[in-house]
Amino acid sequence: MNASYEWLRAFVPFTLTPGELRDLLTSRCATVDDLVAVREDLRDVVIGRVVEAAKHPNSDHLWVTKVDAGTGALLEVVCGAPNVVANTLYPFAPVGAVLPGGIKIEKRKIRGETSEGMLCSARELGLGQDHAGIMALDIEAKPGTRFLEAMPIGDTRLVIDVLPNRSDLLSHEGLAREIAAATGGVVTRPEIAEEKQVVIRTHSVKATSGSVGNVTVRLEDTDGCLRYAGAVITGLKVGPSPEWLVRRLEAVGSRSINNVVDATNYMLQGFGQPMHAFDLQKLARATVVVRKTRGEELIRTLDGVDRTLPPGAVVIGDAERAQAIAGIIGGSGSEVTDATTDIFLEVAAFNPTRIRAARRTLGISTDASYRFERGVDAEAIPSLVDYAVRLILSVAGGNAVGNPIDLYPLPKKPQPISLKLARVARLLGEPVDAGEVERNLRSIGFRIAPEAKDIVKVSPPSWRHDVRGEADLAEEIARLRGYDAFSSELRPFRASSVPDAPLVAAIKRVRESLVGAGLNEVRPLPFVAERKGATVRVANPLAEDEAFLRGDLLTTLVGRAEHNLARMQGNVRLFEIGTAFFASDRLSNLPDGRTVRLPREEMRVAALVMGQRSPTHFTRPNPESFDEWDIKYLAESTAAAAFPGAELRMVPASGQTLWDVVIDGKVIGIARRLTLDAPVWAKPAFGLELNLEAIEESPPRRRTYRPIPATPRAQVDLALVAPTTVTAAQIEAVIRKEAGDLLETLTLFDEFVGQGIPEGSRSLAWALTFRHPDRTLKDKEVQGRTERIVQALQGELGVRQRTS
Amino acid sequence: MTLSEFQQLVTTLADEGVKLIDAAVNAASLEEARTSLLGRKSGRLPDLFKQLPSLAPGELREAGSLINAVKAKLETRLEERRRQLEAASSSKREIDLTMPARRQWLGSRHPVTLVIEEIEEIFRELGFTIALGPEAETEWYNFTALNFPPDHPALDLHDTLYLGEGVMLRTHTSPVQIRTMQNHKPPIRILSPGNAYRRDFFDASHAPMFAQIEGLAIDDGVSFVDLKATLTHFANRFFGKTKTRFRPSYFPFTEPSAEMDVECQLCHGTGCPSCKGTGWMEILGSGMVHPSVISAAGLDADRYTGWAFGMGPARIAMLRYDIPDIRILYDSDVRFLYQIAR
Repeated sequence: MNASYEWLRAFVPFTLTPGELRDLLTSRCATVDDLVAVREDLRDVVIGRVVEAAKHPNSDHLWVTKVDAGTGALLEVVCGAPNVVANTLYPFAPVGAVLPGGIKIEKRKIRGETSEGMLCSARELGLGQDHAGIMALDIEAKPGTRFLEAMPIGDTRLVIDVLPNRSDLLSHEGLAREIAAATGGVVTRPEIAEEKQVVIRTHSVKATSGSVGNVTVRLEDTDGCLRYAGAVITGLKVGPSPEWLVRRLEAVGSRSINNVVDATNYMLQGFGQPMHAFDLQKLARATVVVRKTRGEELIRTLDGVDRTLPPGAVVIGDAERAQAIAGIIGGSGSEVTDATTDIFLEVAAFNPTRIRAARRTLGISTDASYRFERGVDAEAIPSLVDYAVRLILSVAGGNAVGNPIDLYPLPKKPQPISLKLARVARLLGEPVDAGEVERNLRSIGFRIAPEAKDIVKVSPPSWRHDVRGEADLAEEIARLRGYDAFSSELRPFRASSVPDAPLVAAIKRVRESLVGAGLNEVRPLPFVAERKGATVRVANPLAEDEAFLRGDLLTTLVGRAEHNLARMQGNVRLFEIGTAFFASDRLSNLPDGRTVRLPREEMRVAALVMGQRSPTHFTRPNPESFDEWDIKYLAESTAAAAFPGAELRMVPASGQTLWDVVIDGKVIGIARRLTLDAPVWAKPAFGLELNLEAIEESPPRRRTYRPIPATPRAQVDLALVAPTTVTAAQIEAVIRKEAGDLLETLTLFDEFVGQGIPEGSRSLAWALTFRHPDRTLKDKEVQGRTERIVQALQGELGVRQRTS
Repeated sequence: MTLSEFQQLVTTLADEGVKLIDAAVNAASLEEARTSLLGRKSGRLPDLFKQLPSLAPGELREAGSLINAVKAKLETRLEERRRQLEAASSSKREIDLTMPARRQWLGSRHPVTLVIEEIEEIFRELGFTIALGPEAETEWYNFTALNFPPDHPALDLHDTLYLGEGVMLRTHTSPVQIRTMQNHKPPIRILSPGNAYRRDFFDASHAPMFAQIEGLAIDDGVSFVDLKATLTHFANRFFGKTKTRFRPSYFPFTEPSAEMDVECQLCHGTGCPSCKGTGWMEILGSGMVHPSVISAAGLDADRYTGWAFGMGPARIAMLRYDIPDIRILYDSDVRFLYQIAR
């Protein structure tokens, strides 16, 4: 909503500056987002008094004047206007001033005479088309005064963020009500300059048909239209609007069209009531019908677009065809043009839901539909018909014919609210005084009557559709006192009975672990193109290539890694903790009786590493790149962080998937090689992805102290030659079985294939340490165990000890 | 000779002596330097000792300590240099300590995570716990239970990504309020961080997915003063001592509703382009939970009252780290992530 500071002052006198007004409205009812000086382009213009005007010696149409512009010296100014007269005030642009349109005033010689500035015409100041002469000012002002201060031209536009509940603030009158209540002023509607006093007697009836002048009006769609009033004006003259009207509309950012259209716009901006003027002669059989759409109806609207009326729209038709989409946009067939002399003026209250549905189907929003879908004040209609008719007569002439008709078949009854002051006090946390409540609510048009002890009956004014219950009144009471007036001292509270969500701790541990491992967390968008794994489609996606919700996180991380590669960043270590989505048959019964199908969600963690394993250091100019063993460790450590105490196994898989991550016997994720769209210099990429919700978190394993051994250990290295068909895991199992309880550690420390090792074999070397808890082991004991291990390996796996 | 003249000589000797010692390149030249400075016969220091008697008797004590200090300094320096030269000449090399450390890759939390964790930290001290909820929601949880009138202009602020009939990506984290109230008895004090979605095209200030953090407090007699006090406390903890203001707002699920502003973090209240000259910055929306929301979740709205708030950690992260374009937060450029990590 754009509001004009001066227009507001026409409704209620106040002395606040625009800045103060901004603070008042913001703290009281609606945030003022911006203040815009409306004629800031005239800031350099001052009031100048022509002290002397003489004919230019070298010209028969120029004048040489002496101008007092408040500078202390008289300035010589050459002027070409025929109407320049000594001892008169004119707008004056001194040297250095910039005029609308960007013209900069400079000191120059005009036919040999110096000119130090310019006396301005109305057109040069963008104040009308008058260019016959300079603009003589019939005001009292000291020379040098800023033109904007001396003339009622400067204005400030307030850009106000009116929230959807406060439709009453979508007009100057509505804003003025709040200002009046805050400043103790009284709202009065601006006077209309009338040549003769006109008396309009609107004929209000509880009926669905009636007539005004020769026009028959029928209200058929009583659901779509709650109240419909119409007036007829004949013999008017369509033309330019008077200056004051143009200026009002300009101040709120609206362009002047013609006097009749401008008058209806003035009513919309001034009073929040959209109105529509039809060219009466274009309405077939002088009939106006408010009805539903009939089958496939077409209409060309004011914007020149041919539209099909949406089913369910409210239509204003004549005896033959649709002439307007009610509350949204008029038809061009009955548009007011320069040739129009007779109009039918519509002033109505339409059903907000119907207007909203239709304008959404049409995909348009107009100033009118914006107000109708938020609700207009139906009770204000008779007085606004009166005002609008008189305004049109004042700016376009003509005669009001007959009494305006006002069809209001089902008048809305006010719904009083019982207000328990004690409850409001409890909700607000501070005492609420009956006198204060009464005073404040009355100041904004509420009516109040006592109902019982500590209970009052409150009737909201007709323009406050949003106030329906006690909670709404609590807000009024709080905001009228001022939110800042409430205490902000912490009071005692009870701790939450709600435990942390089960995943919270796991997420924290996993994040900690991956950050500690040198990975960077990302929070990318979860949308992907259609591909395997993504099964949940967005019904109304922003783009077709992002129409799906991902079924895994690594797809997203691969995309992010490619984004980095495209920027020449090859060292990429990313992780994300986020949601994967899966289509499911999971039905959800809603409390309203419906059953819907919800996707299944999994909170997952994924990580991707590629490039150097560590930053470059002079001790190692070419660090190794990440490989399978790094991702294996990251998968193990991440799984351990997610599920501490659970049994973890990394089970070899096939293809690009290297391992399945198995927790307590259940596959909860993978570690894998990744295929990227990567440049040749890029290093291989590896990823892991775990489902954090795969198993219920088990209670953490109890860790107990074991005595730190005081006895020495015995170490044995075993270099083995194994057929490549035998796995390290098989060999370890045999070693552990034969070594028995005294084996303390078992470490694989070498793998070798090549010279000295037969084809089809590899060499693997383990370091074994043995320790007895109570005594020193004898060499014989260690040797015996080692021999048993070697024999078993030979016998069971065909693995032999490597000689030299 | 006066004491200050003497002092001047001592200082000069110290400066020149150090230079001379450091200039020595081998044991022989170092010995030369030693002799010229400390040599008993012609050393400059012994020469200086010989000047002592020319001072006034009362100044002897101080002059003596000055000259002894220089002697000690030069001797130490000589020994250091001797060891340096020795190390350099032997095969065993000292390491060059000016060379860079062996670094490891630096991991990092996402800036939005950092903001969320900091907010959680403050509210945990006030007895709040953390609740989570699904990102795909039903219309009922996302709108109906939260008192959105059907087909109302309030919905225009929640352009929705639908997944099917009655199912959508949640447009805010507020459905978690309903789920929590359905499953737990008051006192409820929860924070709910998570992703929310709107059908907004991706540009410098909009993203179709964004982080939100929601708070809810429900108990017997929780009041607007509690709301104001808690959020003011939070603002002072989070932004450092700051002015706050509350102004009327509208959310279908709260009544009264309030927006909280803090002093503009850039101009500190004096007004700048970033706050449009107001001196204030909008931080969060809040309000007293609407009774019909409490009832919809199955609690007794006559007995229980409560307040709620919601805010956007991404916006706060942008403020805090001076990030001009919201897409930077989603792009995952490692160069940006490192900047925040350091």
